[in-house]
Amino acid sequence: MNDSREWTPQAVQAEIDALKHKPGALLPILHALQDRFGHVPEGAVPIIAESLGLTRAEVHGVISFYHHFRTAPPGRHVVQVCRAEACQARGARALEAHAQATLGVDYHQTTADREITLEAVYCLGNCACGPSVRIDDQILGRVSPDAFDALVDELRTQPLEVLG
Amino acid sequence: MSVRVFVPRDTTALSLGADAVATRLEREAEQRGLALTVVRNGSRGLAWLEPLVEVETPAGRVAYGPVTPADVPSLLDEGLLEGRDGHALAKGPTEAIPYLARQQRLTFARIGVTDPLSVEDYKAHDGFRGLEAALALEPQDIVEEVKASGLRGRGGAAFPTGIKWQTVLDAPADQKYIVCNADEGDSGTFADRLVMECDPYVLIEGMAIAGLAVNATQGYIYLRSEYPLAKQILDDAIARAEAAGYLGDDIQGSGRVFHLEVRLGAGAYICGEETSLLESLEGKRGLVRFKPPLPAIEGLFGRPTVVNNVLSLAAVPFILAEGAQAYADHGMGRSRGTLALQLAGNVKRGGLIELAFGTTLRTLMEDFGGGTASGRPLRAVQVGGPLCAYLPESQWDMPLDYETFAEVGAGVGHGGVVMFDDSVDMAEQARFSMEFCKEESCGKCTPCRIGSTRGVEVIDRIRAGRDRDANLELLGELCETMEDGSLCAMGGMTPFPVQSALKHFPDDFQRAPEGDRS
Repeated sequence: MNDSREWTPQAVQAEIDALKHKPGALLPILHALQDRFGHVPEGAVPIIAESLGLTRAEVHGVISFYHHFRTAPPGRHVVQVCRAEACQARGARALEAHAQATLGVDYHQTTADREITLEAVYCLGNCACGPSVRIDDQILGRVSPDAFDALVDELRTQPLEVLG
Repeated sequence: MSVRVFVPRDTTALSLGADAVATRLEREAEQRGLALTVVRNGSRGLAWLEPLVEVETPAGRVAYGPVTPADVPSLLDEGLLEGRDGHALAKGPTEAIPYLARQQRLTFARIGVTDPLSVEDYKAHDGFRGLEAALALEPQDIVEEVKASGLRGRGGAAFPTGIKWQTVLDAPADQKYIVCNADEGDSGTFADRLVMECDPYVLIEGMAIAGLAVNATQGYIYLRSEYPLAKQILDDAIARAEAAGYLGDDIQGSGRVFHLEVRLGAGAYICGEETSLLESLEGKRGLVRFKPPLPAIEGLFGRPTVVNNVLSLAAVPFILAEGAQAYADHGMGRSRGTLALQLAGNVKRGGLIELAFGTTLRTLMEDFGGGTASGRPLRAVQVGGPLCAYLPESQWDMPLDYETFAEVGAGVGHGGVVMFDDSVDMAEQARFSMEFCKEESCGKCTPCRIGSTRGVEVIDRIRAGRDRDANLELLGELCETMEDGSLCAMGGMTPFPVQSALKHFPDDFQRAPEGDRS
């Protein structure tokens, strides 16, 4: 893991200061923190609260409301499997069972080697070519269980290049 | 002269390997000493042909698809650069592909044709004509034009867009806002994404026109975090539109102001509900607000706010450029203009189909879609997203329009059409509807928060054969309670797919689940 992803109060404050002038700045700040550190550290909560004039409970409430924000570091890659109807019609239920079985984790869990965090997602907007999977910022279509295994192998052997 | 070859860069094309195709084309051309320029266009919306490679010829653009990197050498051998026929992947002139030729593309006229980020390309294809027309009009005249077009909210609620704008125009305030709902969370829908990734300026133009119409100077696009590419493209497009003077402090020398910013959601389906979206934009939990007050009166930060779906706003430039009548000439009854349908799920030829209101599901699923991808018989179709009904074959011949669908308890919603073959277990689909509501409820009202949890439990008991008749009756009552007692459409409409499954596919509730049927 990259050292720059280790959080410090100073780094958190810098991210907050860059955004706190915006109206409704809390979500942009949380995104910035998670983009930088991979998660929103618990220790950032009082700093955010102080900077925005909110209570810690309010900040915590927002973080816990949204599925996207996490308070613990994820694995090196985040793999999301689409669970929504259009992908169900193309075998998403079998794919999620396969993903959980082969990775040996449930949703919101990280593999023992810290390589992969598995998450559920409800629609990636790729509904004509399901089942779909998102790996970090890359979306993949028509992912069969075999294709899933190949993708996971690739993740474990080399860093994924985000194309585009 | 260098031949231009188009390789799409939208999420679907990329998800099927478009980048590798583009790379291979460039490498192969270099090795063969061919003069070839790869242009990364948007998608034409013909998802089943992606990656759809097009080549520009004197006779127009010619299509090949779906192309894999391994196909590139043989395509070049067999005359790709001359647009020759003969290769197994050759589809002939793009615009003559029946799937595309049979559509009425008003909002989506440019997708796949242009480079999404090129302002010049956009202008060369009629872009910004609507905004230029709007700059010459008084706000009231712009609102009248939108009213006359008959445009209704394409997010699903179908509220007349012009009336909403009138309310905001009439509300006195020092600051007003235009908010674009780009939280396209309904499974089976991707039309908003196609607009944003393939023709972002049409949305920017529509929002700027809305700003002029109601005297709003700030706009926000509330975009779901599941669309990372749309975020990147929109941010880039906004910066370029500012540089070209179509956004900012002095739009095209008119002295009119409109600023635009993309804000990311964070994986909450409920934030597609407009008041929850506004709470989220304000930096809060996405809890639904009581209405009234309407957002048009007290919206973002308590100010009058237009909240419109991507497709509603993207329809506006055409209306201003071509006139309200040109838009209203399409459609049927009170559903005017075109509807962006998205053919998804178990479909052979899925994609975007923009048609005037009035077509039927059968036409879509059979003529356009070619039936199921699995080759098995079609059994059910969910139209309009996870809060809308599952329709059996007896309902596939109704004309697609808001009123006709509402009469049978169905919805057009955001135009998603999700097809299922005969392996589907409708009791399992009904259970998922409740499970999804349980997962995504904002928690503010009891019928939705608790009702969905109880709904999952009751359906589990039915499927397990425990007091089946009594539990079926209980499920019916629970659905009524949720429908009548919920604060918003999340709890209020979750019963629709459940009730439709119970009504049209009762046998599926009379047997135990057959394990994993996928």
